[in-house]
Amino acid sequence: MRKTKISNKIIFISLTFLTLLLYWYGKEIANYFDSKWLVKYPKHYSFPFAIYTTTFVKWLINEANFLLFTFNDLTRLFAWIIEQPYKIVLAIFSKGILRGQGQDAIQIIEPLSWISVVGIFFTLALYTKDKFLIILVVLSIVYLAVFDQWQSSMITLSSIIIAVPIGVILGILFGILSYKSKILEKIITPILDLMQTVPVFAYLVPILVMFGFGPVSALIATIIYAMPPMVRTTLLALNNIDPQLKESGLMSGCTERQLMWKVLIPVSKPTLLIGVNQVIMLSLNMVIIASMIGAGGLGYDVLASLRRLDIGGGIESGIAIVVIAIALDRLSQSFANLPTLSKKTQLTFYNKYKKIIFLLLYIISIYILGYFFTFFKFFPNELMINTSLFWEELVKYININYFDNLESFKITLLTFFMLPIKKFFLGIPWPWFIFVLTIIGWYFGKFKLALLCLVMSIFIVTTGLWEKAMITLYLCGSSVIIASIIGIPLGVWAGLNDRANKILTAFIDTLQTLPSFVYLIPVVMLFRVGDFTAMIAVILYALAPAVRYTAHGVRNINSQIIEAALISGCSQRQLLFKIKLPLALPEILLGINQTIMLALSMLVITALVGTRDLGQEVYIGLTKADIGRGLVAGLCVAFISIIADRIIKAGSNKLKNKYGIK
Amino acid sequence: MKILKNKFNILLSFIFILFAQNIYAVESKDPIKLTLHDWTGQLITTNIMAEVLKEAGYNVELVPADYIAQFAGLQTGDLHVAMEMWETTGRDAIDEYTADGRVVNVGTTGMDAIEEWWYPSYMKEKCPGLPNWEALNDCAEAFSTPETSPKGRYLGGPVTWGGYDDERVEALGLDWEVIHAGTDGALFGELESAYQRKAPIMLWVYAPHWAPSKYDGEFVEFPPYTTECYTDPSWGINKNAAYDCGKPRGPIWKVASSMLKDKWPGAYDAVEAFTLDSNEMGNLVAAVDLDGNTVEAVVAEWMANNKDRWGNWIK
Repeated sequence: MRKTKISNKIIFISLTFLTLLLYWYGKEIANYFDSKWLVKYPKHYSFPFAIYTTTFVKWLINEANFLLFTFNDLTRLFAWIIEQPYKIVLAIFSKGILRGQGQDAIQIIEPLSWISVVGIFFTLALYTKDKFLIILVVLSIVYLAVFDQWQSSMITLSSIIIAVPIGVILGILFGILSYKSKILEKIITPILDLMQTVPVFAYLVPILVMFGFGPVSALIATIIYAMPPMVRTTLLALNNIDPQLKESGLMSGCTERQLMWKVLIPVSKPTLLIGVNQVIMLSLNMVIIASMIGAGGLGYDVLASLRRLDIGGGIESGIAIVVIAIALDRLSQSFANLPTLSKKTQLTFYNKYKKIIFLLLYIISIYILGYFFTFFKFFPNELMINTSLFWEELVKYININYFDNLESFKITLLTFFMLPIKKFFLGIPWPWFIFVLTIIGWYFGKFKLALLCLVMSIFIVTTGLWEKAMITLYLCGSSVIIASIIGIPLGVWAGLNDRANKILTAFIDTLQTLPSFVYLIPVVMLFRVGDFTAMIAVILYALAPAVRYTAHGVRNINSQIIEAALISGCSQRQLLFKIKLPLALPEILLGINQTIMLALSMLVITALVGTRDLGQEVYIGLTKADIGRGLVAGLCVAFISIIADRIIKAGSNKLKNKYGIK
Repeated sequence: MKILKNKFNILLSFIFILFAQNIYAVESKDPIKLTLHDWTGQLITTNIMAEVLKEAGYNVELVPADYIAQFAGLQTGDLHVAMEMWETTGRDAIDEYTADGRVVNVGTTGMDAIEEWWYPSYMKEKCPGLPNWEALNDCAEAFSTPETSPKGRYLGGPVTWGGYDDERVEALGLDWEVIHAGTDGALFGELESAYQRKAPIMLWVYAPHWAPSKYDGEFVEFPPYTTECYTDPSWGINKNAAYDCGKPRGPIWKVASSMLKDKWPGAYDAVEAFTLDSNEMGNLVAAVDLDGNTVEAVVAEWMANNKDRWGNWIK
């Protein structure tokens, strides 16, 4: 045992040493042997994956058929099915009930007015009996009206109202399926990985062609992106259920179906809720991209105001997205935490549905009032607030007075931190990189992981995208390092202090749902176009899980261990550094893992500030409508994140075993 | 038997009438879908077109869509008209999708896009030789930043816009470094920032756009573009390299789904007849972005003042 440890150490040290050597002298060595292919993979050996993919997708869309119907008919049918409930919800919240199409349409019944929507959310919040929540929800909805975001918000809200339930239901179903059958689990898991890691831009064009242009495609893209966490949490929750519970269910004569829906699912509700929360958050993350393919709404407003350099307008619409996200999230959380009502049959119909009856009466009276006073129909223009000027002046003030300070800060960080990392990744010959990666895979996960690392990295090399992949690693790497340096201490603080936790959670939720487009332009104005700007955008977005997981890890340490430590005379400081942090380490690692995933998913957006990485490649694929190019680059991004994910998870498990935590 | 044959004939003629009606009936009242993008000029052209089609009795719907992603919709007939496809940025997509005839090029809008190196007027003090391109080398240092020093920094458009700026710098022997902004927003964000501080900046600006009306400045004058310049190395100042000249000025095209012509031939003709000129467009854009009018108001005013012109489009 001891021997292997020592030999591991020797291997580790010699590998590091060799890597550094190759990094410094890689070019010279390659020149000496006159073999440039070591540093740069020769172009004519790369395999034209992109062209084959394009051809295949085109065939699928234009020609594939299953005797009775074509592939295209199938996807269109699917789109039609999703479109129907969406149309109903949209009519209620935004468009009203119309007869006819286009500008010929006549509005028969008007959509709900802003006051009615406030009423609906107020009633929903009433059920939770949480005063703070009621105020929060009402204020959120009023914000939308006061800041003139009403029209767009209702379009966005309608699409969320459709996307989230579909995502949750499908997620639970797939979760149950993969719980029941190991084979299905094996098939579903890699698909989930791809769904989460292939950048949305990469599959946007194929989706458009398959499902038609418009809100439905946007909904489908949203569901694809937002569903995986639901499947995973469902599976996790079901697997973690105490087997005794299952047995007692069976003993009391449950059928298979009853066991699932009456015992297992209700028991795992708390975990499932985490999944629901993620689905809501991720759906709202997609608002901007959805607006590019015809969903309209708040995302379109954000894009349009950036085009005009109207920073304030972008921020207002962006915050509207945050506000919807937080209101929906908190509502769904507290609904879930409500004690399950024991059936009180003695309640009369009136008592049971009191609130709903009041709400209906309220909405009808608002409709009637709306005929007489426009106030009840539309929020009056005079009362609206516009903060555009304030934001513009703020950025201008910082720009004029602090630009030079920011510039010197940027240059320092660039020269001493980012550039060395960049040189490192670009300098190592690719065969050596793959070799080391495979060894690391072997160390953490034996044969399976080593094979995975090997195959995936060889795929990246043969697509001819190695250099771009290395720039991707460099950008993500530097961002993740800084995000961890900022995020982990914040997480520890949140884990130790309840009030800090509350504030930080709100802060992180905001960062995660505020579309990055909103802060991209001010950041460009202060730091110019380039890698540094991209890094800031990535850090802001990817910070959240580092904080969240760390806090969770520090908080959930077994209280007996802490008591034992206190009894044996630990100081608070010792308690933190010797007990809490090491024990939270596996959880922290998972947080970093998630940070990496988010950082990679931001890459496409940083392409907008001029990076030259895989994200740019995906973006070029999109703007040139080159389906294959986008998908192949997207796959490379996916493979990088899958490799990172597997290695870190294996590492985290190793640590858990070491500390004996389950 | 005869009766049967007669019946068959009647049936046939019925079918024929049905079809004939489909062909010659009044054009469909289904909505024609025009796409909206996220820049003001395009919103204006599209809204004008929509208003004109409405006047002609068509049913029109405006759909927000991405500049390139919309092609998927045009191809399948989910969308029908896109009013602005720039030669400079949309060429690849036009070629790709018009190849099989499901998307058609409906001709130019009459507007020409200008794209060139541009600098704010206050830089003229530091570099009096401008706008002549030969002054660029003398003032490279004045336009440099710590990252590019001593070379000048030129902020080019997104890689996808093409433009051959890297080649241009090489061919004309300029001591400049080309940095690519990833998007329109980043490009003008930097300009706004530099303009506020009166800091040096040289970047890719295009017109019609609000920027040349908002900021005071000029385009650099390169040797004028010819086709030979891009194709023939021996042309121009540098005998060994192509691209030793300025950028071409390209038309802005209109594209439509092939469905438009089949289903609404009259509307197709109207779209084809639509023209505006670049200066006119510049003024309309400025009226929205700089004077703070709404797109709808500006379009309504244009419609009122130009009855004759658009009347001719829908004749």
